[in-house]
Order: sequence, then structure tokens, then C-alpha cells
Amino acid sequence: MTDASANTPATPRPGKHAGSLLEQNARTLRRNAAERRFRAYGLSAIVIGVTALVVLLASILSQGLPAFQQTFITLEVHLDEAKLDKNGNRDIEEIKKVSTFGYAPLIKTALSTRAGELGISSEDLGVSDKEIAAMISKEAAAELRRFVIANPDRIGETVEFEFLATGRIDGYYKGRVTMESAEKDSNISPGQLQFADALKEGGALSTHFNWGFFTMADGSENRPEAAGIGVAMLGSLYMMIIVLVLALPIGVAASIYLEEFAPKNWFTDLIEVNISNLAAVPSIVFGILGLAIFINYAGLPQSAPIVGGLVLTLMTLPTIIIATRASLKSVPPSIRDAALGVGASRMQSVFHHVLPLAMPGILTGTIIGLAQALGETAPLMLIGMVAFVREFPAAPPEGFFDPASALPVQVYNWTTRADPAFVERASGAIIVLLAFLLCMNFLAIILRRRFERRW
Amino acid sequence: MPVLWIVLVVLGLGLIGYFAGRMRALGTAGGDTRRLHSLPSYYGWHALMLTVVPSLLVLAAWLLVAPNWIENTVSATLPEATIAESGSRGLAMAEVRRAAGALDRAVKQGTMDEATVATLHSGVADLADVTARLKETGAIITSDITVSVLRAAQEYRLMAKASGAYMTFAVLLLAAAGLVLALKRTNKDFRARNVVESGIRVILILASTIAILTTIGIVLSMLFETGNFFERYPWQKFFFGTKWAPDFRGDSELGMLPLLWGTLYISVVALLVAVPIGLFAAIYLSEYAGPKLRAVAKPMIEILAGIPTIVYGLFALMTVGPMVRDWIAQPLGLGNSTNSVMTAGLVMGVMLIPFVSSLSDDIINAVPQSMRDGSFGLGATQSETVKQVVLPAALPGIVGAVLLAASRAIGETMIVVMGAGAAAAQFADGPGAVINPFEAMTTVTVKIVSQLTGDTDFASPETLVAFALGLTLFVITLGLNVLALFIVRKYREQYE
Repeated sequence: MTDASANTPATPRPGKHAGSLLEQNARTLRRNAAERRFRAYGLSAIVIGVTALVVLLASILSQGLPAFQQTFITLEVHLDEAKLDKNGNRDIEEIKKVSTFGYAPLIKTALSTRAGELGISSEDLGVSDKEIAAMISKEAAAELRRFVIANPDRIGETVEFEFLATGRIDGYYKGRVTMESAEKDSNISPGQLQFADALKEGGALSTHFNWGFFTMADGSENRPEAAGIGVAMLGSLYMMIIVLVLALPIGVAASIYLEEFAPKNWFTDLIEVNISNLAAVPSIVFGILGLAIFINYAGLPQSAPIVGGLVLTLMTLPTIIIATRASLKSVPPSIRDAALGVGASRMQSVFHHVLPLAMPGILTGTIIGLAQALGETAPLMLIGMVAFVREFPAAPPEGFFDPASALPVQVYNWTTRADPAFVERASGAIIVLLAFLLCMNFLAIILRRRFERRW
Repeated sequence: MPVLWIVLVVLGLGLIGYFAGRMRALGTAGGDTRRLHSLPSYYGWHALMLTVVPSLLVLAAWLLVAPNWIENTVSATLPEATIAESGSRGLAMAEVRRAAGALDRAVKQGTMDEATVATLHSGVADLADVTARLKETGAIITSDITVSVLRAAQEYRLMAKASGAYMTFAVLLLAAAGLVLALKRTNKDFRARNVVESGIRVILILASTIAILTTIGIVLSMLFETGNFFERYPWQKFFFGTKWAPDFRGDSELGMLPLLWGTLYISVVALLVAVPIGLFAAIYLSEYAGPKLRAVAKPMIEILAGIPTIVYGLFALMTVGPMVRDWIAQPLGLGNSTNSVMTAGLVMGVMLIPFVSSLSDDIINAVPQSMRDGSFGLGATQSETVKQVVLPAALPGIVGAVLLAASRAIGETMIVVMGAGAAAAQFADGPGAVINPFEAMTTVTVKIVSQLTGDTDFASPETLVAFALGLTLFVITLGLNVLALFIVRKYREQYE
């Protein structure tokens, strides 16, 4: 056999396998090009994914950061006794009878006085007195009234106040409103903007950090400058408390049973199938559940944190159960065996040894579940959380039944309003939400890195 | 007594039980713990559990059942005339509840005393005056109160009060009985640990059945209301109707097909974005990328999964929508709307990238290295190995991942609410209007939200249709999830 093959001529056959190893033929070139293309597709997919993330965050940040700044007008208001307390007896009930309409002229006078001091002539700019008064937020009169009711003894004095400028003036300093757009806008005139510029030069108008964004309640349709996320943050906090208090113990108890005690039978199979399915059910379906069961059947109040908390608990449970079970599973059986060997019961081995060792993983899973729940919007819309809520809910536990909003729902609510200033505030609220989520995830990572043991 | 107080009292009794049980056990053993069957604390836990658990369970059950029972009883006594006047039994009962609330408030504020309230419905009092006085309490009463409503309201109040009193009595009695029973059973030979442990076991089992209860709750609540809906609207027209035009004055067209079309169209666009990008990203990360790139890129892509959908919705509304309109739709003359299938689809696609990529990444990594080595040994390039060896081996898992992503896309709400628009596809306008991806189009989830937010009347088909849509959505997503699970289980290659 070998002879026969040795006898055949060693000349290379002509055809597709001809060629040198050092020289790439067309087919190799094609295959290598395909290889490079494939690699490029993969890399570009990653680049697209990362770019999408960067663009998303950049667009939210650039649109939302101005929400933390606000334009204020500083004025010295003379609290005229003749207007606020006609009888001069400082009776709080009588002072309360003066409505915000009684306070508006005081602010108007203060602004005209200030303009006069700074040498701004309203005739030159072509703005009427009414237009000048409209430069200050309608919220200012309410703010002044609250101050007077809280401090009736200061009536008659001249007090310095920092009032919110209206949304349009604020937008002018943030680039949202320009002289050109003001001409077409019925809510603001170029004259008012020039007036504002003059005030700014005189130091009466300034733009700086706005704490009110965090502490104020939602503002009505035409007062975007007075809208804040206070109620929404409080509502979200209440719901997170409810979710934590309910979902953590129930989730841990369910996982312990399924992982440590459950026999393998149809019942535990049913539970497992249910849990994995609930994890994938669309969130809006949980909203329908909340509406039908908690509100219509059980008669709990609409837009209350308790209902939102219950719905979010049911949504978070699968996440917590899955994380807890993984964490329990990772505790080696030798720990259980050792505990049983020294005479502990199965319950004792679980509660005294396995559970503490699994705790970091459980907490990590819980935090991630809470983060998910914090950003959830759709189910909360169905249980009435989109309602306009101006009152802060009371302290728990009664507060759990008061109407409240939630951060993501507040964002949605603002995007549906006409004034573009609300969109800026929605992005600002998103930044706050993302900051919370970032902190929670960071905490989860630290917990995992710091305490998780590997066997 | 408010519920919170009852709970606190029961917990207090439980705490007393803990220490009493412990002390009693130690007492019977003469202070020598070695003579006890269990550790002393188990006797305490035993007493605490017997005191607290049954009474709180009864409390919860009572709170769930009693309001309904009262409502049904009172509603049965309402005369037909009153029901006819209000329009329906539900509306009449709502009026009764409001009146009862107003009476409660009047008594609380001191404008009426119990004796007057009790005589109100005898017909002596001036009804207009009563209405005015109830309105003064801040209650929302729209029309003048009738005698029958007042009578029902009074009955409602009395029953609610009686129920509250009985509940307090029953719960506290049960707690005390549990405490006494536990203490009586306690002696040094009592096997407290075994009892406590089986009790805890029951609690653990109860906790794990909540998952089942939730599913049952979801299915029942939707089935019930869907049944109501089909009583008012023919199911054939819902499932096969091609027009969606709800009208709260009645005479609505509630065909599901336009919504389903919108949902599927947007999901397909989203998957067309997410599947190639996610899959290629997964392949690159697992087959090509070095550890450094992987350490950076993988978490960054996974951040996309942790961002709440409202953020994506805002992104669609403010950034992507105007961009799609100004750069693509208007130059091509295809539409003027910032809300469009394309906007929602693109943004949703970005949201789904991590779902596809991280699941596929895991699956590709699970394909054993020996298979790749075999392929390289035969002279295949890396991409040929991926295409002809790794991907076929990982295919079931990848199909499962894509199905899961599809179920996410179909159930997604906020992105479509903010990005896709509210107008249903108009089949009557011909295929052009339905297929144009730059037109606004609405989905099942958007309509669930819009039919159920704001003022809703649970007797009208326009509201109830949301439950039928929800059930449809639930069934579709459940089907996709089960299918995904099935494919992964059935076709997964098992490597050692």
C-alpha cells in the first residue's frame, strides 16, 4: 500500500486546493473577511447598547438638572396693618379671613417699589402694572398668608421675602423661553422679560438651588414653579415601608419552606410553577388585581399607600423568594449536618445556622426587589395614584390610608400637562428616582461583596 | 376599638404569655432547666403563639368578610323604588354608605347626637334640613336624602358598630383563651419544642401558599369582571371586532383586534431591535471580549434592565419621539406625530436588549469548551464555530430568552402609554394606515390604563372591557412564558 502511494507523482493537483500556505487564496480571504465582519457586528452591538444607555442618561440629566434651580425674586414686603388686620387686635380668626386676594396687592406694591428703587421704568419697557404683578408666582400670596398667620405679631413690619418667579420667567433663565417665543405667548411678554433682566441686574432676581422641589407638594396646572416631589417621595417611602415589612418576612418564610422542608409533591410543584409565573406576569395585571380585590372588594381607599404597598408586595415577592432560595441553596449541607449532629432539630438548624449565613444574599435580593418596586408605575396608576394630591399624608399608620402620590406616577402625571416647565420637573424627579435606585443597588453590591461567603 | 389597638392588646397579651409560660415551665421543674423537655424559651413561644396567631387570623378574616356581609344584608333591605331611583343597586348602596359616613361625622363633630340620629328616619325630621346639616359636616351628598336611604344608612351604621364590638370581643376572648390554654398545658414534661416547631411549619406553609393565592386572585378577579363584561357586550364582537371606539354614553364598539394588532406590531419592532443587538452583544461578550471589556460592558448593558420603565417612557416622549418625527417621518412624508409605533418600538427594543443578552450569554457560556475546540481542530474560524456549533447547541435557550423578551414587550405599559399614542389602529382606513410605523397606534395595555383611570363606573362595558383585555394579556403572556419554559426544558442539551 505504501509503495503504491509513494509511486504516485508528488506534483500538486491543479484545482481549488492549489496554492501556498503563505499566500491566502480567495476562499480564505473570504472566510477571514466574514470573520472580521462578524466580530464587527458583535462589537457594534455592544457599542449600540452602551450608547443607548449613555444617550438615555444624558438626555434625562440635561433636561432634568435645571429643575433643581429656580428663579426667585427678593422683595421687602410691608405687612400693611390696614389691609391684614383692620381692627388691629391681632385676632388670628380675623386675620385668617383675609384671603390670598388680600395679600396680592402687598406683593405688587413691593415689586413696584423695588423697581422704582432700581430705576426701572415700566413705561419704557411697555409693561402694565398687571403684567408686572404677574411676574411673581401665584403661590407667593399664599406663602405670604401662611407667614402672617404663623407670625401675626409681625404685622405692620417690613419683612424680606424670597418669592418664586413664574414658570415663564424661570424658563427664560433656563433657555426654555426666549424673546421670540415670548412674543407669541399669551402668558409672558418680551417687556416682562426685559423687566426681569433689569431686576436681575439690580440684584432683586436670582436663580439658585431650589430646596422647595424636594419639600413642596404638587402644584396646580398653572403653577409649575411651585410644584415639588414632597408628597410623592413620602408616598413612595410609605409604600417601601409596607413592602419591606410584608414582603421580607413572607418571602423568607416561603423560601425556607420550599427550600428546606417541602416534600416533593404536586402541591410544592404547584407553588413553584406559580412563583416562576408570577415573576413574569405583566405589572399592569397586578394593578388590575389591586383594583378588583383591595379597592372594589375589600373597600380600601383609592390612591392610598396601603393599597400601593400591598400590590407592590405581591409583585416583589417572587423576586425575593427566588433570591432567598438561591441564597439558602448556596449554604453547604455540611452546616446543616453539623447542626443536626450536635442534636439540633431541623427547625433549629435552619433558624440558628443556615438563615444567618444566607442573610447577606437575602438582603441583597430584598434591596433589588425594593428597587424594582420603587420604579414601578403602571399598577399604581390603576389604583388611583395619578390623582392630584396636594395634602401631605399623615404620619403612619393613619397616613398609610391617606391619599398620596408616588415618585414614578408623579413623573407620568407631569408629562401629561401642557406647560413645558412640568416636563423639566418630570426629568428632575426622574433624576431623584434614579439617584435612589443607584444608592439601593450600590448598597446591594456592598452587602454582597462584604458579607457574602463562598464555600 | 380601632383595629390597631386590638392588635396591640393581643400582642401585649402574647408578650405576657411568653414570660408567664416560661416562668411556669421553670416553676414546675423547680428552676432546674435540665428537667424540662424543651428549652425554657420554647414554653414562652408556645404561649405566645397560641395567644397571638389564632386571634389575629380571626381578626383578619373578620375584617375581610364582615363589610361584605353588612353590605349585602343592608342592600337586601333597600326597597326597589330607591334602587330604581339611583339607577342601580351599586349606586344606591354608594349613597347609603355616604349617608352613613356623614351621620358618623355629624355625631363625631357633635352637630347631632345618637338619639336624634336614631329618630331621623321615622319621617318626623325635615329631610331638606337633614341634608343640609349632613353637608355641613363636609360629606359629599349630591341629592336630597330620602327616608329609605336614611333608614338603610342608620341600619348600616348600627350593624357596622355591632360588628366592630363583636369582633373586639371575639378576638380578645380568643387571645385570652389561647393564653389560658397554653399556660394550662405548660408543665415540665410538655413537649413545647415539637408543638412550636409544627406551628412554625404551618406558618411557613401558609406563607408559601400566598403565591398560589395571588394567582387565584388575579384569575378570579379578572374572570368575574370579564363575565360581567360579556353579559353586557357580546364576546364575538370583542374578540373579532375590528373597530375600537369606546363611548361612555353607550353604544361603543369594543373590538379587540386593533389593540392586539398595535401590541403585536410594536412588540415585533422592539424584538427586531433587541434580538440582533442582544444576541450579537452576548456572542461578542462570551466568545471574543477579553476580561477587561467584559467587566465593563456587561454591567453597563445590564444597567439597562434596572432602569424603571417610566424613564424609558420619558425618553421616548422627549427625545426619541421628536427625533423620529423630525429626521425620518417628516422628510419621508410618513407622519407628523411624535407618538408612533417606531418610537415605542425602538425604546422598548433598547429596554429588552439586556433581557436577550444576559440570558443568551449564560446559555452560550454553558456550551462546553470541548465543542468549540473540536470545531477549531477541524479548521473552522471563530465565527464559523459560533454560527455552526455554538449557536445550534444554544438555540433552545436563546429561543426561550426571545420568548421571554416577547412576553415582556407585550405586557409593557409605560413606554407605550408615553410613546405609542392613544388612537387605535383604524382597519377601516385600509392597510396603509395600519402598517405605517410612523403613525400613532395604541395597545392593549394603554387601553387598560385609560379605561380604568379617572372616574370609572363598574357597571358600564367601557370600564369592564379593561378586565377582559387584562385577562387576554394575562393568557397571552402566560402562554409565552410556559412555552419558553417548555422549550428550554425539552430541547436543552445536557452536558456534563
